[in-house]
Amino acid sequence: MSQGFEGRDIISIHDFSRKEIEHILDVSKKMIPIAKGEAQDFSLKGKILSPIFFEPSTRTRLSFETAMNRLGGSVVGFSDPEITSLKKGETLADTIRMVESYSDVVVLRHPMEGAAKLAADFTEKPVINAGDGAGQHPTQTMLDLFTIWMEKGAIDEKNVVLVGDLKYGRTVHSLACALAKFGANLTFVAPEVLQMPKEIIDYVQEQGVSYSQSDNLEKAIESADVLYVTRIQGERFPDPAEYQKVVGTYRVDNELLKGAGKDIIVMHPLPRVDEIHPDVDGTPHAVYFKQAFNGVPVRMALLALILGVVK
Amino acid sequence: MKEIKVAPIKNGTVIDHISCGMAFKVLKILGISDANVDSTVSVLMHVPSKKTEWKDIVKVEDKELEPIEVDKISLVAPDATINIIRNFEVVEKKTVELPDVAVGILKCGNPNCVTNSREPVRTEFVLKSRNPIQLSCSYCGRELENIVDHII
Ligand SMILES: Nc1ncnc2c1ncn2[C@@H]1O[C@H](COP(=O)(O)OP(=O)(O)OP(=O)(O)O)[C@@H](O)[C@H]1O
Ligand SMILES: [Mg+2]
Ligand SMILES: [Zn+2]
Repeated sequence: MSQGFEGRDIISIHDFSRKEIEHILDVSKKMIPIAKGEAQDFSLKGKILSPIFFEPSTRTRLSFETAMNRLGGSVVGFSDPEITSLKKGETLADTIRMVESYSDVVVLRHPMEGAAKLAADFTEKPVINAGDGAGQHPTQTMLDLFTIWMEKGAIDEKNVVLVGDLKYGRTVHSLACALAKFGANLTFVAPEVLQMPKEIIDYVQEQGVSYSQSDNLEKAIESADVLYVTRIQGERFPDPAEYQKVVGTYRVDNELLKGAGKDIIVMHPLPRVDEIHPDVDGTPHAVYFKQAFNGVPVRMALLALILGVVK
Repeated sequence: MKEIKVAPIKNGTVIDHISCGMAFKVLKILGISDANVDSTVSVLMHVPSKKTEWKDIVKVEDKELEPIEVDKISLVAPDATINIIRNFEVVEKKTVELPDVAVGILKCGNPNCVTNSREPVRTEFVLKSRNPIQLSCSYCGRELENIVDHII
């Protein structure tokens, strides 16, 4: 049963049914011309969004601000020094109660897990989780799903390969669960030490989709529709030589992509470092910049839905 | 047949069918390890039981339990029964029940969970399974390990 979107918090992707996510994707698609500035819609005129970012995040923050502005709304946030002073003194609960009095929707990025739920406990205004520690980042998951759906026409039955840091990566856990819920077939490619945690595997299994684990990227992409690449961080490896070896093994370049189907798309949450060779950028496989753009229409859709201007 | 091996109590509470070895955890939950208790407390450990092989029993004079204490006991001794004694007789008997949502009685094991910061918030855990007991934090989502050690 759909509870409707107006006034709702967006804390975790798990709070949304497949039907609800499909509706969000439909609305997101309609937002594309407005997101590109080709059409105009100021239905959020008079509404104020407050981004509260306790951690730097240019991409997510800009994308929310752009989304709000494109729909005619305004943004009243904090600058960094103000956030720094907040960090020292006030509790998050107090910050939220203060911000609530002058905004219509709060977008929160915070280093602690569960911060977005806590914020939502202290305000009647909708809270959107823009990342809480190693926890959830639901709007990233939604824009990832949107990108696959737009590029491939469906998510069901698509073969999706997730490669990189599957153990600690914030985005891949939620994404794997959401893809499983949508019926995609999953292959997890990572060195043993960075493989998907057991609770995610358990969840994927419960959804009844086919999945496999491997450390061989070349083999995995042979029949893949989507290759989702994430960054492997050096600090996960005590031995720098080991790190270099792993990074080398999973680097995506045109040579590697020759072994894949011609329609494979390559995704990345960005920023990338060495995981994808710049030569890939000019090929039709590269959709990571489009993916980043997709953050705007998806966030427009979410804002329009929870502020009640779209049903 | 009543298995009374210590002097019977006139008024108070008998916590029976405590999982063997958990009596001290129950005392801790009741705050009885502190020196500020002025009622008689008797503990029977490793008592033969009809239901399970062995059990512990805790008897506290002149005290009836708060609901929050009963919730905590359910976590360490899910089969316990709480018997209220008035005038030497059992006048009420109830079995403890694991709450579907445990509020304010457990500490999250994730140091980076927002409930472990100085925010004014009570912890909340959702019961995922009764046997074995599995609880997950409503804030960070982490499953709680060593549940008994995390009782507040
Ligand atoms: N006046 C009392 N003082 C101390 N302990 C008592 C007193 N009356 C009963 N008890 C203890 O309280 C517990 C419950 O008593 P009850 O008479 O209900 O036993 P029971 O029929 O064996 O109950 P159960 O089916 O729960 O095991 C027993 O452990 C008993 O020894
Ligand atoms: Mg008995
Ligand atoms: Zn927690």
